Amino acid sequence: MESQRKNYGKALVELGKRRKDIVVLDADLSGSTRTVEFKTAYPERFFNCGIAEQNMMGTAAGLAVGGMTVFASTFAVFATGRAYDQVRQSIAYPDLNVKIVASHAGITVGGDGASHQTMEDIALMNAIPNMTVIVPADGPETYRAVLALADHHGPAYVRMGRSDVPIITSNEDEFKIGKASILRDGNDVALVGVGQMVAPCLLAADALKAKGINARVINLSTIKPLDVGTLEKAARDCGCVVTAEEHNIVSGVGTLVAAALAERCPTPMERVAMQDVFGQSGESDELMREYGLSEKEVIAAAIKVTERKK
Amino acid sequence: MNSINEGRVKELEQRAASLRRHVIKMIFAAGSGHPGGSLSAADIMTALFFEVMDHSPERKDSQDRDHFILSKGHAAPIYYAALAESGYFPVEELVTLRKLHSRLQGHPSRAKTPGVEMSTGSLGQGLSVANGLALALRLQKLDRKVYCLCGDGEMAEGQIWEAAMFASHNHLDNVIAIVDRNGLQIDGRTEDVMALEPLADKWKAFGWNVLFMDGNDMWQVLETLNDARQHKGDPTVIVAKTVKGKGVSFMENNVGFHGKSPNQKEYEQAMRELGGSA
Repeated sequence: MESQRKNYGKALVELGKRRKDIVVLDADLSGSTRTVEFKTAYPERFFNCGIAEQNMMGTAAGLAVGGMTVFASTFAVFATGRAYDQVRQSIAYPDLNVKIVASHAGITVGGDGASHQTMEDIALMNAIPNMTVIVPADGPETYRAVLALADHHGPAYVRMGRSDVPIITSNEDEFKIGKASILRDGNDVALVGVGQMVAPCLLAADALKAKGINARVINLSTIKPLDVGTLEKAARDCGCVVTAEEHNIVSGVGTLVAAALAERCPTPMERVAMQDVFGQSGESDELMREYGLSEKEVIAAAIKVTERKK
Repeated sequence: MNSINEGRVKELEQRAASLRRHVIKMIFAAGSGHPGGSLSAADIMTALFFEVMDHSPERKDSQDRDHFILSKGHAAPIYYAALAESGYFPVEELVTLRKLHSRLQGHPSRAKTPGVEMSTGSLGQGLSVANGLALALRLQKLDRKVYCLCGDGEMAEGQIWEAAMFASHNHLDNVIAIVDRNGLQIDGRTEDVMALEPLADKWKAFGWNVLFMDGNDMWQVLETLNDARQHKGDPTVIVAKTVKGKGVSFMENNVGFHGKSPNQKEYEQAMRELGGSA
């Protein structure tokens, strides 16, 4: 188990060493987002904006106009909600080189409660033209995604959780923006996991195997641009698909996958996601169970959708 | 900046009149747009683009020059007029404002218009961008200024004051903000819609060096901008008293022309008053 944030901090320090144009901003949460690692290593290129996320996004835009590659971090709920207009107008519309890397996304924020549990951030960022949207599944993938983004021109949003997650990818794996990875092969059902829901998909695949169902597990780490090719192939090979995300079912990744498949090869689907309700305080794992975001729901959805294709 | 003399001031006043004529022509051709806030800022824009700032179209992709951010994005016509007459794109293109496939969008777009450094239009965002740009220049050890023209109405946006705090906290003395204090916004007088005064005290309280000028008096504009350039240690804001619609009698102090095109008769009169022909 390892946090994604820790890997983000590590990646920033590595980038700071490699490149002089890397600048990092935070809004009074540098200890939580782990931008503090960069601050310690390169204090002259770190700016704390205070609790002023809108100004942080505008400042990030200005730094990018001035030729810098900027990483701006805070909690996901503030990065995408509080500062939505600044992200849209000042970063995405002028197509600037600003990477918004947000932590504490989704319900796994835990005790802070619904005010801090964003389940609409992917929808918000995905709907903005020019924006690349990435949701890494674990720590190592976060590290590789951040390095890849530094070499990629344009605005991007990266979603990280608060809690430690199982390590399911390796630093030797290639990370390619826009490319989903197949973690396990199978032809009976495709389990498309996003972020913290990829690990439960792997557990579900184990359980399904015992029932004689061979599941293909896909880590859909780039939400935009969507890897339609891998999704379509999975739909054709398996004949049914389950999506799993720690995000609202309304305008979530399941919706995107469904739309992509509807146009190419309509396929029976089930979507595991937050059911359009606000969360509440609790421990991360309690909340995941409470809101139907565990391997149990993935297994149930897989069995249901497999029956539907018959 | 060269030393100020009467001859040069006269030239710049003529240039400002020319920019104002472009503004009227563009908005009339488009059938929509914001004449009031373009005309109030015409003298400031002329001073910046034709005297104070070190810039040129050939160096638009270089950081080693002075920079400009139009926070009050609805004054795009005066910005485009200044850019065109500075050689960033042909003057003939100005009348394509707001037309389909034009490079001249209703509000400035960095991606579309040569010379436009930042997309603006959603108010209150330009100063944050100016700050970021100023930080980038400082990191690259470039002794250059970032000028940011703000509207007075947009002082009601909270982000302006977040940016004000950030600039003084970081001692961004390469940021020079100018508030086009024309006193009017869409729904009426600023003091009736959302009172701003004492505006200068607010900026002082946020740690800024505050200067004043009559923003429609070329001599004063040049002198004040020159003073602002000399100040070290803190960011500078110039509260520029201006007349909305300046230069066209029936648009002056007339809130009705915040965001409305003149009709044919009004267009002809405006052009005559600005020393041109319709």
